[in-house]
Amino acid sequence: MTLSTILLQLMKGMGVTAEIFFLTLLFSLPLGLLVAFGRMSKNGIIRTVSKIYISVLRGTPLMLQLIVVYFAPFYVFHLKVGNYRFPAIIIAFALNYAAYFAEIYRAGIESMPVGQYEAARVLGYSRLQTFVRIILPQVIKRILPPVTNETITLVKDTSLAFVLAQAEMFTMAKQIAAKETSIMPLMIAGVFYYLFNLIVATVMERIEKSLNYYK
Amino acid sequence: MSEEGKILLQIEHMKKSFDGVEILKDISLSVREGEVVSIIGPSGSGKSTLLRCATMLETMDGGTLSYLSEKAAYEENGRCVYAPKAKLKEIHKNFGLVFQNFNLFPHYSVMKNITDAPVVVDKVPKKEAEERARKLLAQLGLSDKADAYPCQLSGGQQQRVSIARALALQPKILFFDEPTSALDPELTGEVLKVIKELAREHMTMIIVTHEMQFARELSDRIIFMEQGIIQAEGTPEEIFHCENDRVREFIGKFQS
Repeated sequence: MTLSTILLQLMKGMGVTAEIFFLTLLFSLPLGLLVAFGRMSKNGIIRTVSKIYISVLRGTPLMLQLIVVYFAPFYVFHLKVGNYRFPAIIIAFALNYAAYFAEIYRAGIESMPVGQYEAARVLGYSRLQTFVRIILPQVIKRILPPVTNETITLVKDTSLAFVLAQAEMFTMAKQIAAKETSIMPLMIAGVFYYLFNLIVATVMERIEKSLNYYK
Repeated sequence: MSEEGKILLQIEHMKKSFDGVEILKDISLSVREGEVVSIIGPSGSGKSTLLRCATMLETMDGGTLSYLSEKAAYEENGRCVYAPKAKLKEIHKNFGLVFQNFNLFPHYSVMKNITDAPVVVDKVPKKEAEERARKLLAQLGLSDKADAYPCQLSGGQQQRVSIARALALQPKILFFDEPTSALDPELTGEVLKVIKELAREHMTMIIVTHEMQFARELSDRIIFMEQGIIQAEGTPEEIFHCENDRVREFIGKFQS
């Protein structure tokens, strides 16, 4: 296998890695907010359920969660789902990351001074308007650094999809390395992950800077 | 004192406890249109709680609260009941509140701080809201700050912006919760000046303050609160020459 074919193969894997990455963010960011609301709910049952959700998903390995999500339909419900591999990966990642994001959101929301809510209330904003217009924009600014952390971790965690033999970059690199008995493909994969994260970090830094117009 | 003005705010037998501690014991108070009422008294006397109950930031435990004869809260079978949400929303439009620590929205420019609520809550067209804001900013000496962000302003300027923000909704009555307590003497002056100008324009105001001289000059009426009740009430001259020992002692501390 020539270097260019190896690169080409890895690039293909990279495409799948990027797909997992973006789809996970797309689903876990809003889901995390929902879980955060549950966690802060006045309703004790909702609060407890959210707490258990976060506790379990943060407390067990993501690799195990991937396997459970993939095999549960068959082993638990005796369902045969065709071509379920990729959706299972996205579901497991989104559920897992939502738990982490939920705690980040909660920390951000709880750090907001009560005066902001009171000012909005006296001015006549509804609760939804207060959250969307006054609280959330400020929370986003506050939580950007921990969200960047999670996002960078996610780029690397996508490699866990190899347990379900998904042809993302890490799986590809491992296969090629075995076939060619060379460590080269793995090194290249490492460089690719690094570059991906360099881009992620740069983009997040830009967003952070763009929110620096106020304190 | 404008005796003929209609009663804007009426509080009867207001009670409020926190964790079993009675903060407001039996407060009755009515404020007429155009009146400026100052509330003075030692810390922990319930002044701020009274303001927070009147502006519905806290729910009261008993008594009646009404604006322009519309009841926002009243007692029924010994429990305090609030009017339905839609009605409370209407009642809310009657008043504004200026906080001790401003509570401006840091992510909004000065202009947006002032126009956002009129546009979003009262559905005022954006152009009109901005026009209104510009007038207010000019009136409060902040014309050049429309595009600034709160963090770029001094405390005095921030407090003036927060006054403009409250006025932009055209309330009939404006509450001030120790508006100068977070400011140094110099900045205090510029905020007090603005409040005096509002008084000259016959804005109805209720001001919780520790600025005795200011309260004396400006108020139609001064209320002295202590331990959750109104201990004395009267014109500035009556209060400053009050026979009540506690009032004399309290005011004396500020004059020495």
